[in-house]
Amino acid sequence: MASTDASSAPAGNAVHDLGALLKTGLLAIVIMLAGIITSAAAAAGVFFAVSALLPDSNLLNAILVMVLGVAACFGYFWGSNTILDMIYPARGENIATNLTRANAIRPWLFLGPAVVILGIYLVYPVINSLILSFHGPRGENWVGTANYSWLMGDQAFRESVRNNFLWLLVVPAASTFFGLIAATLTDRISWGNVAKSLIFMPMAISFIGASVIWKFIYDYRAEGSEQIGLLNAIVTGLGFEPQAWITVPFWNNFFLMIVLIWIQTGFAMVILSAALRGIPEETIEAAIIDGASPFQIFYKIKVPQIWGTIAVVWTTITILVLKVFDIVLAMTNGQWGTQVLANYMFDWMFRGLDFGRASVIALVIMAMVIPIMIWNIREARKDMR
Amino acid sequence: MSGVVGKRPALSWAVNLSVLFLVALWTLPTFGILVSSFRDKDQLAVSGWWTSLTGSERNIVARTDAPDDAVEENGQWVLSGNVFESGSGKATAFGISSREPNAFEAGTEAELRDGGILTVQENGDYRLVYDEQPEGRRGQRIFVASVEPPKFTLENYDRVLFSEGIGKSFLNTLTVTIPATVIPILIAAYAAYALSWMQFPGRALLLATIVGLLVVPLQVSLIPLLRLYNDIGVGKSFIGIWLAHTAFGLPLAVYLLRNYIAGLPREIIESARVDGASDFEIFGKIILPLSFPALASFAIFQFLWVWNDLLVATVFLGNNEEQLVLTGRLRELLGSRGGNWEILTASAFVAIVVPIIVFFALQRYLVRGLLAGSVKGG
Repeated sequence: MASTDASSAPAGNAVHDLGALLKTGLLAIVIMLAGIITSAAAAAGVFFAVSALLPDSNLLNAILVMVLGVAACFGYFWGSNTILDMIYPARGENIATNLTRANAIRPWLFLGPAVVILGIYLVYPVINSLILSFHGPRGENWVGTANYSWLMGDQAFRESVRNNFLWLLVVPAASTFFGLIAATLTDRISWGNVAKSLIFMPMAISFIGASVIWKFIYDYRAEGSEQIGLLNAIVTGLGFEPQAWITVPFWNNFFLMIVLIWIQTGFAMVILSAALRGIPEETIEAAIIDGASPFQIFYKIKVPQIWGTIAVVWTTITILVLKVFDIVLAMTNGQWGTQVLANYMFDWMFRGLDFGRASVIALVIMAMVIPIMIWNIREARKDMR
Repeated sequence: MSGVVGKRPALSWAVNLSVLFLVALWTLPTFGILVSSFRDKDQLAVSGWWTSLTGSERNIVARTDAPDDAVEENGQWVLSGNVFESGSGKATAFGISSREPNAFEAGTEAELRDGGILTVQENGDYRLVYDEQPEGRRGQRIFVASVEPPKFTLENYDRVLFSEGIGKSFLNTLTVTIPATVIPILIAAYAAYALSWMQFPGRALLLATIVGLLVVPLQVSLIPLLRLYNDIGVGKSFIGIWLAHTAFGLPLAVYLLRNYIAGLPREIIESARVDGASDFEIFGKIILPLSFPALASFAIFQFLWVWNDLLVATVFLGNNEEQLVLTGRLRELLGSRGGNWEILTASAFVAIVVPIIVFFALQRYLVRGLLAGSVKGG
C-alpha cells in the first residue's frame, strides 16, 4: 500500500533532522490553520451577504450553506495546496529538496480539516468527560469520586446495567440468527431480491418511527372492547386475555428489543448473504456428493466458513445496542423497569441536569465499547498489512 | 446450489412459504400504520386496521328526545330522529335494555314497558309511538349495533402537516440534513486519499485512531460539546448541529472512503505521477471521479443517519417549536397525543417516507457501502 513518494529525506545528522521536522510541522500547521480560517471566513462572509438577500427561510439557508460549505472545502484544499507550491516550487535549483519538503507537508494539509474536527468533536470530549465526571452538577466544583460512589449505590443504574446486558445478549443474537435464516432462504428463491429489499427496509426507518409503529402493534384496550393493536387482537383471538405489553415487568424489555431486532435483521441479512455467496462452490459440491442434507450443508459447511463475518455483524449490532436510547425513550421512557444506560444518561443530562453524573454514565457506556474498539483496531491493522 | 433444492419440490415449497412468512412479519407493522393513517379517526379508534375494508361494527347507545317533546300525529304521540350522530351508518339490530342490546332486528317493532312502540330502521331513523301523551324529561335509551362503511380520508395528513407542526418539522429536518450530508464527504475524501496514497510518519497511528473513533459512543461527546457551544456562543443553532453531524459522520466517511480509495489500481495513480501530475491533480481528476460509488454509499448512510437522528438534534437544536425536527416532534406527539393514533400514524408516515424512498431508490449503493464497511475491516 506504500506510495512511491520520495518522502524519506537524505540522512543528515539527528539534530538537523529534528530541526527540519519541527520546521515542517510548524509550517504545515500554519498553512493549515490559515487555510481553514480564511476559507471559513470567506464562506461566512458570502453567507451573510447572500442570506440577507434571500427570503427568510431555514431551508434556503441550508442549501446556501451546503453550497458554500463545499466551496469552502474546495477553496481550502486548493488554496493550501497552492500556497505550499509557492513556498516550495517544483522548479529552480532546489527542486529535489523542495519536492521532498512539500511532500512531507502535503498529507497534513489534506488531513487537516478532518483531524481538527475529529479532535474537537470526538477526542477532546472523551478527555473532558473524564474530567467532568469528577465534578459537580454544573461542572464547576471538584467532588472527587462522589459521582462514582453514587453510581455504585444507585438502584436505577443497576437496573440499567441489567437491562443493557439483556439487550446485549438478545438483540445481536436474534438479529444475526434471523439475518442468517433470511439470507439462506432468500438466496434460494426466484423472488429473493424483492424479499431481501422488504426485510431490509426497516433499516431506513428511524428508531422513533419504529417505536410508533410497534407501539401501535402493542396497543392495549381493556378486555371486552375491540383490540386495535395487532398483538392483542391475535392474543384475544386465541382466547387469552389482552395485555398492556410494555408495562409487564421484565418481559416488556423483550417487547422493546423486538423493535431493534426488526430494524437490524436486514443489516445482518445483507452482510451474511454476501458472505454466503463468497463460499467456494467446491466445498458445497463435495458435501453434496458425500450425501449431506441441506441442513447439514448449512450447519457444517456454510456456517463455519463465515464465522468471521458473523463476528463482524455481531459486534456491529452490539455497539449499536449500547448506544440505543430512542426506543426506550419513546416507548416507556425507562418506566416499568425498562431503563437502559443510554437513556439513563440522557435523563440525568436533561431532567436531572447533573453533568457530573451524566458524564459518569457516559463513561460506563464508553468502557463497555472499549473491548470491541480494541478488537476492531487489531482486525483493521491485520487487514492493512 | 439452487439445483439441490430444485430436486425437492416439498422443500422448495417450505422455503417459499417461510420467506413469505418472514416478509409478512417484516412489512406488516409498517403497512399497518400506512393503512391506519388514511382511516377515519372514529373508525381507527374502535377497530383494527386489518378490518378497514370490511366496515367496522360498532355498538352505540343513543337516547330519544324527551317524552315531553312528543308531537301529535293522527291521534298518536310520536318521537322521531336518527340514532347516528354523524347521520351515516347501517343499523343491524337494536335493543332497549343493556342486558339485551341486540334483541330486535332493524325494522321490527319493540314494545316498551311504558306502552310505547319503538322501531329503528336500517338507516338509523327511529320512531317511538305512544297512544297517549307521554310524560318525562328523560328520553328512552336505544342500544344499536351498527356497521359503518369503510371510510378513508386525507384529513389526518391535512391535520398533522398544517396544525400539528409536522410540516414545519419536515422543513427543519431537511434543513439539518442537506448540509450535514454533503459537507463531510469532501473533507473525508481528501483525508482518505492522504491515508491511502501518501506516505508520512504517523499514518498507521492515525488510521488506528479513526477506526477507534468509529465506535466511540456519542453520549460521551454530548456534554462537553454542549458546554463548549454555550461558552463560545454557538448555542442551539443550525450551524452547531451541522458541524456536529459532520464530525460524527467523519470516522465512518474516512474509513469507508479509505477502504475504497486504497483499493483503486496502483497503476493508474503511478502512471499519473510519472506523467507529472501532483497529488492535488491526481485526487481531483482521478480519485474523486473513480470513487463515486463509495461517495454515494457514504452519502446515503449519512443521509439516513442524520434524518433519523433524535439524540444529536435534541441536544444541539433543542425542543423549541421553531427548530423541532421530525423525530423530536414525533417524540413529543407520542407524549401529548399518545392515544390519538390517527395523528401518530400519519405523522410517523410523513417522517419515514423520505428515507424509505431514498432507501429503495439507492439500495445498491447502501449495500455496497455496508459490505465495504463491515466485511473487510472492522
